[in-house]
Amino acid sequence: MQKPEVLLRRALPGLTLLSLIPLWEIACRVFEIPAFVLPSPSAIAGAFADVEMSRWLGHLWATLRVALAGFAISLAISIPLAVLMVRSPFLSRTLYPLLVVIQSTPIVAIAPLIIVMFGTGWAPRLTITSLITFFPLVVSATTGMLATPPELIELSRSLRNSPTREIWYVRLPYAVPHLFSGMKVAVTLAIIGAVVAEFVAAEEGLGYFVQFSTSYFKIPQAFAALLFLSIVSLALFKGVQVLQALFFRWSLPKEKN
Amino acid sequence: MKPHVRFDNVSHAYPSENGPPVEAIRNLNFSIDKGEFVAVLGPSGCGKSTLLRLLAGLFEPTSGLVSVYDKAVVGPQENTGIVFQKPTLLPWKNVLENVLFPIRYKSGRPSSDDIAQAKSLLAMVGLGDFERHMPDQLSGGMQQRVGIARALLLDPEILIMDEPFSALDALTREEMGFDLLRIWRQRPKTVLFITHSIAEAALLADRVLVLSERPATLLEEVRIDLPRPRTAETIHERAFSDYTHRLRELIYQPRLKVVAGGAPNKEAHHAKA
Repeated sequence: MQKPEVLLRRALPGLTLLSLIPLWEIACRVFEIPAFVLPSPSAIAGAFADVEMSRWLGHLWATLRVALAGFAISLAISIPLAVLMVRSPFLSRTLYPLLVVIQSTPIVAIAPLIIVMFGTGWAPRLTITSLITFFPLVVSATTGMLATPPELIELSRSLRNSPTREIWYVRLPYAVPHLFSGMKVAVTLAIIGAVVAEFVAAEEGLGYFVQFSTSYFKIPQAFAALLFLSIVSLALFKGVQVLQALFFRWSLPKEKN
Repeated sequence: MKPHVRFDNVSHAYPSENGPPVEAIRNLNFSIDKGEFVAVLGPSGCGKSTLLRLLAGLFEPTSGLVSVYDKAVVGPQENTGIVFQKPTLLPWKNVLENVLFPIRYKSGRPSSDDIAQAKSLLAMVGLGDFERHMPDQLSGGMQQRVGIARALLLDPEILIMDEPFSALDALTREEMGFDLLRIWRQRPKTVLFITHSIAEAALLADRVLVLSERPATLLEEVRIDLPRPRTAETIHERAFSDYTHRLRELIYQPRLKVVAGGAPNKEAHHAKA
């Protein structure tokens, strides 16, 4: 395969996005779109530069740590829960409906209630983030463990296994590719969770900054924060991919030549 | 000489959610001597795999007794190695680690002896140069060789093989058959080999147990008196084709009777449908 071709193919999504920016700028100027409807890229860039970098980074860190901590808590709860549900059909039958109920309740709608319940500190933000990331993680871990070939389970039984070993040596590794799919979904949801929590009650974070800017009618600044959020979200998604490639290379889907 | 493995009046039925239990095998009686290669031949879905799982101790028969050296098989057996239809290797472990899996699984750390044993088994199945490869880098036949090496790691007395070559293409399949015979000569085991290939059964086995359709009963035992070592030449011998004819007749006879209308198995057919 030709190298330049590969490079071009890889750069294509980025180039597409980049080529939209001049179009956007031109459209804003030609049609004289008011900034509160759609600010031009140059206005957004200007607004971005007007805010000190340390302030941006402060907000970024505030959002990022809630998203990552909430995601970690969610992961730490969902994997043991998935193990329990795989081990026990009874638990699976009783817990699963409960999980579906949690999942189908709009978290955005119960966020204010959670603030009332837990106050305004870290606890409500982490709760909201964990709740929103929870479902894809449990479902992917459970599906992955149940997708273990029955022959492998028989082999482990024929070696007189203990159930813990069966989970640890066979089922959990088998769940890894599934779990990573779930994590890719969940990690972007974690950002949404953190932003929702900031909308409801916070004095820092990119979500808070979007709301703050909007209420002062600084629309380009809100757009700049929004852009920052999507970049963070993308970076986290990419981060999960990189982790998988580094530590679980075997679990990547096979590339077709 | 005491037989190594014995099935006495073994029947097995699976419970079904709606309706009566599904009978898989009925009143099986046979025995296998130590070091003997026995093939079990029968139509698809006739309960051959049940037989294998009973001997492996993965579950117990509804009635009757499965025994090894006159000791009832209760629970999974230490002295049996299993090769499955699909290689079922661990995709996250390399070839050597896959062969060592039973040791890792049982006791955690393989000794240097274990590793040497795994390496010599890999060399024996022709994969000496592939220790560090990952399973998805191997062809289906090579993966199944790893599966065979893994089954032999704990040096079991009994080797159970469940249609191990049925997922392979015809050429690889024939090659694997001869390789298995060579391995069996080097490491003599009592082998129970499940297959639905008539030629494979006749080529490999000392004795072929022909099973009926579900519920499986023993139609006949055919002793294959072909000289060993058997080679590609064996296939062209008159005696070999006589055996395959005989086996084919045994397999198809009951079905022909069904078509003709006077079937002993007719009811079973309806029950299945």
